[in-house]
This record gives sequence, C-alpha cells and structure tokens, in this order.
Amino acid sequence: MRHLLSIADLDREDIERICARAGQFSEVSDREIKKVPALRGRTVLNLFYEASTRTRSSFELAAKRLSADVVTFAASGSSVEKGESLKDTVLTLAAHSPDAIVIRTPHAGSAALVAGWTTAAIVNAGDGKREHPTQALLDVFTLRQKLGGLAGRSVWIVGDVAHSRVARSNILAFQAMGARVTVCGPPTLIPRDIEALGCDVRFTLDDLREADVVYALRMQRERMDQHLVPSLREYAAHYQINGRRLGARQILMHPGPVNRGVELSGEVVDSPQAVITAQVKAGVVVRMAVLYELLAGARAGEPAHLEPQPA
Amino acid sequence: MAAPAPALVHAARPPADVLVRGAHVLDPREGIDAPVDVLVRRGEVAQLGSPGTLRAPEGAEVVEGEGRHLLPAFVDPHVHLRTPGQEHKEDLETGTRAAAAGGFCAVLAMPNTAPLVDTAPVLGALLDAAAREARVPVGVVPCITRGQDGVELTEMAELRAAGAAGFTDDGRPVVSAGVLRRALQYQRLCGGVLALHEEDPSLSTDGAMHEGAASARMGIAGIPSISESTLVARDCAIAGYERGRIHLQHLSAAESVEAVAAARAHGVAVTCEASPHHLTLTDEDAASLDTRLKMNPPLRAEGDRRALLQGLRDGTIDCIATDHAPHARDEKEVPFEQAPMGTTGLETAFAAVHTDLVLPGVLGLALVVEKLSAAAALFALPVPRIAAGEAANLTLVDLSAEWTVGEAGYESRSENCCFAGRRLRGRVLLTVAAGAVAYRERAFAVSAA
Repeated sequence: MRHLLSIADLDREDIERICARAGQFSEVSDREIKKVPALRGRTVLNLFYEASTRTRSSFELAAKRLSADVVTFAASGSSVEKGESLKDTVLTLAAHSPDAIVIRTPHAGSAALVAGWTTAAIVNAGDGKREHPTQALLDVFTLRQKLGGLAGRSVWIVGDVAHSRVARSNILAFQAMGARVTVCGPPTLIPRDIEALGCDVRFTLDDLREADVVYALRMQRERMDQHLVPSLREYAAHYQINGRRLGARQILMHPGPVNRGVELSGEVVDSPQAVITAQVKAGVVVRMAVLYELLAGARAGEPAHLEPQPA
Repeated sequence: MAAPAPALVHAARPPADVLVRGAHVLDPREGIDAPVDVLVRRGEVAQLGSPGTLRAPEGAEVVEGEGRHLLPAFVDPHVHLRTPGQEHKEDLETGTRAAAAGGFCAVLAMPNTAPLVDTAPVLGALLDAAAREARVPVGVVPCITRGQDGVELTEMAELRAAGAAGFTDDGRPVVSAGVLRRALQYQRLCGGVLALHEEDPSLSTDGAMHEGAASARMGIAGIPSISESTLVARDCAIAGYERGRIHLQHLSAAESVEAVAAARAHGVAVTCEASPHHLTLTDEDAASLDTRLKMNPPLRAEGDRRALLQGLRDGTIDCIATDHAPHARDEKEVPFEQAPMGTTGLETAFAAVHTDLVLPGVLGLALVVEKLSAAAALFALPVPRIAAGEAANLTLVDLSAEWTVGEAGYESRSENCCFAGRRLRGRVLLTVAAGAVAYRERAFAVSAA
C-alpha cells in the first residue's frame, strides 16, 4: 500500500490486515508507556485545510506513539491565507522531505492530487464530501470488536448522507466486510443515484429495527442556511435516534462531534448501546496501523515493532 | 432597417495559389463525394476537375491530395479567445492558430472577457485587434445584458451596427424571463441571433459535475440535467411568443433535445449546437476528477450522449461547436471542485468526432463535415463551399493519420484539453481560410515542399 486515498482501493483482506495490526497496537495504548520505536526518525506532516480537532489530534497521537516526528500545518494562520495554491503549499512542505502527509481539505480528490506532487505517502484525512477512509477503518475495527465481524449484518447510516464523507467511506467499507448498508435521511439530504454504491435507500426510520448497527451522522448546522430541511426541530422529529427508536441490542455509532438533541437524544449518547468513545479510542490505533503500513511498507509483512521505546 | 452583416475580420495574408491534386473532395452541400482536383487562384476556388486533369499555373503550389480528404473548412460559433484581458489563457493569435490547426476557417468569439464585450467601443477595439492578429476570420458575439448581470440590455442596435455577430451572455444564463423577452422584442429592431447558455442557477447551485451515479460516488454536488432543460423549454416558449430567433449553446441533456424538438414542431425559430466532448464523453469519464474534464454544462450520462447523437442525426441539433475554453495550467491544477469550467477543443474537434463516432459507424463522415460548418448559415456568415467562384475555405485532412493529443504541444496557449493523451485518427494537414493558407501541419509542410 503506497497511499491511503480511498476505501475503494482496499479489499477485505487489506481492511482485515489493518484491523489486525491496529489490534496489536491497542495493547501498546493500554501500557503505561504508550510508545514504540517503529517509525523513529520518520516525519509525518499533518496538513489540515479544515478545522478538525479530533482527526488531527488522533493522527498526531498515532504518529507520536510510533515515535515519528510530527509537524502539524493548519491552513489558518499560514501562507494559505495569503493565497498560496494547494500545489505550491505541498511543494514547499515537501521540501522538508516528510515520509507521510496526512491531508484534509474541503475538496474532493485533493489527496489524490497531492499524491502526484510528492514522493511522500499520502493519507486522506477527508477530501471534501468524498471520503474519510481512516474513519471507516476505525468504524470497522470498532464493530469487529463489538460484533466479531460484519458479514450478514445490517448497518443503517442515518442523516445527512449528501454532505458526508464518512457515509461514503463507510458504505464502501461496511459492504467490503460483507454487511448490508441502508442509508436513511430526508430526501433533500440523500444524493440522487446513491444506490449506485450498492446501498439501499429509505426515507423513514420505520424499519430501523432491522438494523444491527445504527450509524448516525452529524447534522451540520450550516445546512440550515441552505434550507435543505425546514428546521432542526422537524429533522429531529423524523430522524433523531432516541430511546424510543433505538433497540436494546442495536449498536449506536457516531463520528462526532454529536449535536445532542438533534441527530441523537442525550439518553442514547449515554446509553450502553453507544460505542462513540470506543470509536475515538480505535481512531488512534487504526491510524497507527495505517501509518505503520505505509511507512514500514517494506517490512509490513513482519510483526510490528512492539518493543517499548528504550529509555 | 436592413440587418447589418456580422463583421468577420482577420489579418491580411497573401491569397493562396494552390492546386490540390487528387484529394477525395467531400462537400455535402455541393453534393461532391469523389476524387477531384481543386485549383485555388488568388484565394478563390477557380476550377474543379477530374483527378489528374488540372495543371498548376506558374507560381502555384501543388499539394498532393491522393489518399486524403478535402473538406469545406469548419465554422465554430462558440469559442473563447480570452481577449481582452485574459491573454495568459489565449489571445487572438494563438486562438485562431488553434482554429486553423483544427480545420476551422471562421470562429465566433464569446464576450465573457475582461472587460466584457458589452459596448461598441470594446467591440470595435476587439475587431481592430483581430484585423491585425487573427489567422482565421473572427466574429464577435457581444453581451445581451450589460455586465452580463441579466438586468439591462446592451445597446444592441449600436453593437449590431459595429459588427456584432449576434448576442450572448455565454457563461451565464439570462435568468430573468422578462429580460430575455425584452431582448427578443428588441431583436426585431436590430436583428442578431440570441445565443443562450441554458442553466437555471437555482438548480445547478454549486454543482461541479453532472448529477448522477458518478457525482453521488464522488461526493461532488451535482448539476441536474433539468437545470438546462427547464430553461430550454422556457426560452423556447418565450421565443415562440415573441417570434424571435434563438440559438441554444452546448446542449448536453436528453431532456433538452426533446424540448428543442417539441419547440421546433411548434414553429419556434430555435437552433442549437452540441460539442465534441458532450458527444463522446460522459460523467463516468469526469469521475477521474481530471479537471480537464470539468466543463459547463458538465459531461452527462450515457443516455444523454446518445440523445445528442440522435439529435444530430435527425436534425434537431444543427451544428457542432467546440466551446473552446482555454485556462492556464495553474488555474486547472487545483482540486476538481475549485477548477474553472472548460476544455479546449478547436484542435481536436474533428479528430475526436472522427475517431469516436465516424470510425465506429455511429455518425457518417458527410454528416459530421456538414455539422462542423453548419453554424455559418445560422449566424449569417459565408458558408464554406468547394465550388468555383467561392472564396477558398477548405481543409485537407488525412483520415488515417494517428496522433496523440498534446504529445507535440498545442497551438493554443492553453493545454486543458479533455482529450489530452488520447490517440486519435484524423489529422488536419492544411487549412485555407478566407482565401489564405492559415495552417500547414509541420511534417506535411516539409514533405510538400
């Protein structure tokens, strides 16, 4: 694996291998000293063109726990605000010879473009509304922990599918692992022809009980400016996952941050069905696995360097 | 008031004296489809004769045409020459060199430049510049509304008197039905076809590719086909009511073709064009997110492409137009959603259509040749004819020559061609425009000498 640009580039075996390695790294995360020397001397550059606390810090932690040097470059307060193009920024940063660039931008296909401009391994940390592959991998990892596997399971992805890169990556990843995926949301927020991805489409939660996993998407408040739904109140009335709608044996997931009282009621966020903090925890180990796979590529077949960092 | 003739201007060049010997002449309008010797004297088609019968007068160049096709040169009603103001993308010289290299003998320039061509002084200055720099005749189609803001009409009568070849707000629709109606009413005074870019911005919003399976997969906001077809239907209704004359630019959607056919059946004076890229590519090609495949209207679904082909065959679509839209490399070297709309097209129009549509038997060569110059009649421009006494507007092509688009660079200043890297069959060897040699393919120029 040279880059991680899209889940579509991975098959089931790839996803299982990454999850297995993430499993090994979870042990590290439970140790008192949470660091291994696997990527010592390597440089990971985080390039974030969108506000992101979770994904950014998750990648930072992942790189640091592998002993890589990490530089984070946030678009605000940088030359980007002075009008520098993406290509010029990347070429400038590439002069520092990073081994990997983790990039998030508001535009589809950016990570793939950047991959053509540098020799660094590129990790897509979100390209517009298109994909967010490490989110999908950490979601698969979390579900494998909770359910053992996804084969034959039903996953409902509920909410603003149109603007969600998480939805697109997860539809691909869950299906690759053998799950049946249904997307559900207001018709104004479900892209025309989304069935082309192989998922089912529903506009009501009437059949939600068939789901083994309910994956709620964040309802972005800026959609209200575009009047894509009449009100958050009406959205919540039809699509909020709450105690009345969520079954006792269903697993509840959310990519965060949660709008309590909109896509999720407070009670389900705090319910035992919710695995939202497990997802966050999985985020670090899955990103460790991805960085390891990309940067220790030549040795990727060997066991991970799990020895603790020498003092 | 007699309708003023559109100005069609170019730099002075020595008139051609050429004998093209033994080429297969295909001029559907003249009913010629056979090997014929064609003699051009002082820029005019002087004589046609059976192969081997015509002799070159002293001083005339002899071009061996055997195994090649001599066609009436093409006329493109829709190009962006980016002058004035965006000469880093294209200028009159490079744009018309690209036109000549593509076999075109006349082009109509769109007015969305900086400044816009929306007043007679700007139009006059542009025509003056074309008279110094243009390698093939250039006509200019100024704006319908001032500043292309869709509110106030330009001084259309003055613009017509200054040589306007029609009017267009290309790049933008005339959003207000009332404004379009006024323009059509005013057309009775000044003439001039209104060439319309059909797009309802409340439907296309911030879309960057055709709304369909590919846009759903890519997470890119879609431009639905109804954003075009609803405005097509509306504008046909308005033109019918006002008995005005409209020309619809770059049709892309099946529903639009249907709407035009329905309007025609009701007697509306509407004509329309389709571009080589919409005839040969689809949204699945754009799913590569190669920004050279981002244009407006977007590449649409396979069903739309087939409807355009059918429209060409049954006459609903009158002509092929390139919408040649050059952009600088750094402007296109950005993520797909940020990239400007447009592909270059003059240099590849014939070869792309020949390779993808004529060779597989989808369209006949005669139909393609006819549609590539049919715009002339629609805009009251001289129609290229290979007939004695006509100004020489012809292009010699080698249908079997293969070439890779972009490999040897482009005549255009820009390289944002949606066919870049494609292996195409059909190469323009020589173009005579308005009686003067405007282009010679490099290798051909050497071998003919």
